[in-house]
Parts: sequence; C-alpha cells; structure tokens
Amino acid sequence: MTSRLVDGFARRHRYSVLEALPWLAAFAGYFVFPSYLALGAQILATILFALSADLVLGYAGIVTLGHAAFFGTGAYTAGILAANGWGEPITGLLAAAAAAGLLGLVSGLVVLRTTGLSLLMQTLVVATMVAEAANKASFITGGDDGLQGMEVWPIFGWLRFDLFGRTAYLYCLIVVLLCWWMARRIVHSPFGRSLTGIRENVRRMHAIGAPVSRRRLMIYTISAVLAGISGALIAQTTQFVSLSFLSLERSGTVLIMLIIGGVGRLYGAFIGVPLYMIAQDRFSTVQPVYWYFWIGLLMVVIVVFARGGLLGLFDRFRR
Amino acid sequence: MSETLSAIISIGFHGLAFAMVLYLISVGLSVTMGMMGFVNLAHGVFAMAGGYLLTGFMRHFGVPFLPALFATAVAAALASIPIERLLYRRLYGGDELDQVLLTMGLIFIATAGATYIWGPVQQPLQPPAWLSGEINVGFRHFPAYRSFLILCGAALVTALWLGLERTAFGARVRAAVDNLRMAQSVGINTSRLFMTTFALGSGLAAFGGGLGADLLAISPSYALQYLAYFLIVVAVGGLGSIRGPFVAALLLGIADTGFKYLLPEFGAFFIYALTMAILLWRPRGLFGRA
Repeated sequence: MTSRLVDGFARRHRYSVLEALPWLAAFAGYFVFPSYLALGAQILATILFALSADLVLGYAGIVTLGHAAFFGTGAYTAGILAANGWGEPITGLLAAAAAAGLLGLVSGLVVLRTTGLSLLMQTLVVATMVAEAANKASFITGGDDGLQGMEVWPIFGWLRFDLFGRTAYLYCLIVVLLCWWMARRIVHSPFGRSLTGIRENVRRMHAIGAPVSRRRLMIYTISAVLAGISGALIAQTTQFVSLSFLSLERSGTVLIMLIIGGVGRLYGAFIGVPLYMIAQDRFSTVQPVYWYFWIGLLMVVIVVFARGGLLGLFDRFRR
Repeated sequence: MSETLSAIISIGFHGLAFAMVLYLISVGLSVTMGMMGFVNLAHGVFAMAGGYLLTGFMRHFGVPFLPALFATAVAAALASIPIERLLYRRLYGGDELDQVLLTMGLIFIATAGATYIWGPVQQPLQPPAWLSGEINVGFRHFPAYRSFLILCGAALVTALWLGLERTAFGARVRAAVDNLRMAQSVGINTSRLFMTTFALGSGLAAFGGGLGADLLAISPSYALQYLAYFLIVVAVGGLGSIRGPFVAALLLGIADTGFKYLLPEFGAFFIYALTMAILLWRPRGLFGRA
C-alpha cells in the first residue's frame, strides 16, 4: 500500500506522454491553420493568463476576482514602453513581469491578510483601483480610447512581427512554454506541495510550522508575474491595450475558461481557453449579447452538473 | 462662508439619498451572505430588475408610481424564490468558487437578457408630477424626488430594524445568523427561513433599484458595474449585520458624493482606497463579529 502511494506520488513528477499533447497540437497548429495564427497567438497568451490564475486558485485556494489587475498592468507596462520609444519585446516582457510582480507583492501584503469574502472583496477593490487609476491617467494610458501608437521592434533585432502573426505565434508559444515549465516545477516542488496543504487544511499547516502567509504571498506574486507576462504578450502582438484589460469581466472570464477546462490541474487552461476563445471568435462577432447569455448558462450548468470541468468529467469517465 | 455651508449641505443631502439606495439594495445581501455564507455576486441583478420593472410598469402599463414601486418589489421577491430553490440552495455551505461562478453566470444571463429585451440604452425614470420640482424648506430648496427617496428609505429602514428586533421572524433570522446549527437544533426550519430571507432581500433590492434609478442608472451592465459598491457596503459594514451596512452605506454615499464633487479628477479612487484602509483595519468589517 505504502509503496504504491509513494510510487504514485513520484510518478506525478515525471513528464508523461500526455503532457506533450497540447504542445504538439500548438506546434502543429502553426502549419495547419496558417490563417488563424493571430488568434492562435492570443489563445496561447491567454492560456498563460489562465495558468497564472490556476496557481493561486487551484493550488493555493485563493479565490480572486481581481486577477485582471496584473494582466492589465503587464499589458500597460509593455504597451507604454513600446509607445514611448522602447519597443524591444524581451525587455518589455521583463519590465511587465517586474511591474505586475511588484503590484502582486504589494497588494498581496494587504489582501492576503484575510480569507473568504473579505479577500474576494479586496482583490476586486484592488483591481477596480488599478482600472480607475489607468482611466484617470489618460495622458499616459490613453484612457477610454485605449493606448495607441505602439511600435514593437523585431525580436533580437531580426525577427519582425509580420502581418500574418507567424512571429507572434511562435514568440507566444516559446514564452508560454517556458512559463509553463516553470509553473510545473513550482507545483511539483515541496513549495507547491505545501501550497496544496494550505488549501486543504490551513490549521494543520500552521501546526506543522509551515510559514503559511509567506508561502501564500510568494505564489500570489509568482502568479502576478505570469499574468503580467501574459498581458504583455497580448499587448505586444496586437499592439493595442485598452481599459478592458483591467476590467472585472476579464477577471471573471479567465475564471470561466479555467473552470471549463478544470481547476488545479495545470492542464485545464489548455482545454478551457482554446474552447472558449474559438467559440467566442465564431459566435460573438454575430451577436456579442447572445454570446454572454450562453456563457452564463454554461457556467450555471457547469457548477450544477460538472464540477471539475471537462478534465474532471474525463477523470470520472476513466474511472 | 455660506458657499461652503451650502456645499456641505448639498453633499450631505445627495450623499444621504445615495446612501439610502445603497442600503436598501445591499442589506439583503448582507443578511443572506451572513446567514447562509453564500457569496451572491448576482444580488445586483434583482436591483436591476427592479429598475426595469418599475420603468416598464409606469411607461407601458400606465401604472402610477407608488403602486408600480410596490408591485416591483413583490414581483422580484416572488421571482427570486424559484432561483433560490433551484440553484442557490445546492451550494449553501459549499465551495466559494462554485458560488462565484454560479452568480457570475447569472449576471451574464441577466445582462444578455436585459439587452435583448430593452436594448443597450439607459432606461430613464420619469418621476410623477407630484415628485418633480423642488421643495422649499425655508432657507433652501431640495429636489422633491430625492427628498421622497430619503424619507422612503428612512421609513423602510425603521420598519426593517423594528421587524428584526421585535418579531418572531426577526428573532429567527438573528438566531440563524448567530449560530446556524444551534438554530436548527432548536427546531427552526432554516431552509424555509433562507427562502423567505432571500425573497425579502431581493424584494428590497428591487425596491431600492427602482427607487434609485436616477442615481444608479438602469442599463444592462448595471449588475456588474455597481457590484463593487454593493460588495463594499456589505464588506465594510460586516457580514450578517443589519446596522453595519447602514453605517457603511452612509459613509460610502457621503464620501463618494463628496469626493466626486470636490476632486472630480480622481473619480472613485478615494472610495476604493478608503475601503482598503477600513478592511485592513477591520478585516471583518466595522460591525462584523470577530
């Protein structure tokens, strides 16, 4: 019995063949759908956003309604740099990661002192504050009109962002792969295990002497960094940032995409995000209003019938 | 000097009106959240429904203002019962994330539904003739509609407090908020109590939403747009409390009006900062129990 447990525990660290699937699919997508690469790049970047939300939500059990604050901060940082004469993409990403991480650290210091509804509220308030600040600082963010005039330089000085999104797609793919690899290592590290412990039983973690609040703050900051990179990717590849990057709707929809795929399993994002975004691309151009109706209905149905999302259903089916 | 005084009176008056609307909408949310531990983000949907129903009753069916207002509250309360029975009840005491998702889904459905039926434009509220214009109170004039709003709100608040303190139903509600298990053990039918409280809260929200349609404009994005306000009132006031949200609504209403009047370039920024500060100081809200 014990040996099986240990074996099962160790096996989870190892890379399995299944894990390569989404990446093979993403790489194949480059050749199979050459005319959808721009959308593909956005999907990849949004997968990273959902992944970052999964780290706090699925692993640390922090329910947040303000994750768009980090996404938007990253996007605005990269965007403002590119619009003001520094269009180098990689340093732009790093700056965005730093800015979002700083916001995550500072707001986390405040927000994570509480739990439950108060925490939820405070994440919402932080996001609303950032959105309000971006709205009022229109001289630098462009306010309601969005940030315009971004000029992103070629990657390493020679890979130009082309009109078909080829460069953008591969750029996003590589950055997201690196971030995913990092997230995977974090989740399977002792640190990641202790986060799951905190989610499952805070008291016991306190009792065995785990530094609960510091760990929560750490993962919150890491998650903010990844969300910031994701926002910066979208800003650099679409060359546009608007206030909707910081909106409550953005924080809400990333949760939905994650739920559709499945929370706390690192791969939920790879299923939920493409499904959501492809469906949105197909249906919402006709009537955005109906789109939200169906998404709302889907959320209610998932909560009532399919907790655990699609991957959860898959697990149940397999058993 | 008199100009300053006039500004203070003006801020106080409009802030009070805003506070009444916020309180009427949020008090039900506070009680349901405190009693059932349910994160109900969709509470604003009922307030929005109140606004649409009120303007609809008045414009399309020619119902006079006061009967329309009461019909609105009753209709929303009745409509909330099947929603509570079919959807909310499953998640009492459940996972917070599920509750957030379910109620977010309801917001999306309501937003789409409202756009489908009424279109994306705002629905203006036409106050009846006897409430338009101004009232002269000797030293200055006050808008009649907002004065009515404040009086109406004050009357409801008094009724609510008396009802909660003096009736058997109020005692049961307080018992369930204080200690749910104990309330069940002494034979209170908490399931029915949840339903009644939820319906009452939704009805009040619709009443507030309808009455305050000229302060919080009725449009399809209502439930999401003002969500932060309702949640702030509840979180700052303290979950499950009846008085806490009133103090919080007063604070928020007057501060919001004041800041927007004095420092319009900062918009609502100070309100959020103030909220953060209060929640830092008292994470469970001003009147929340430790």
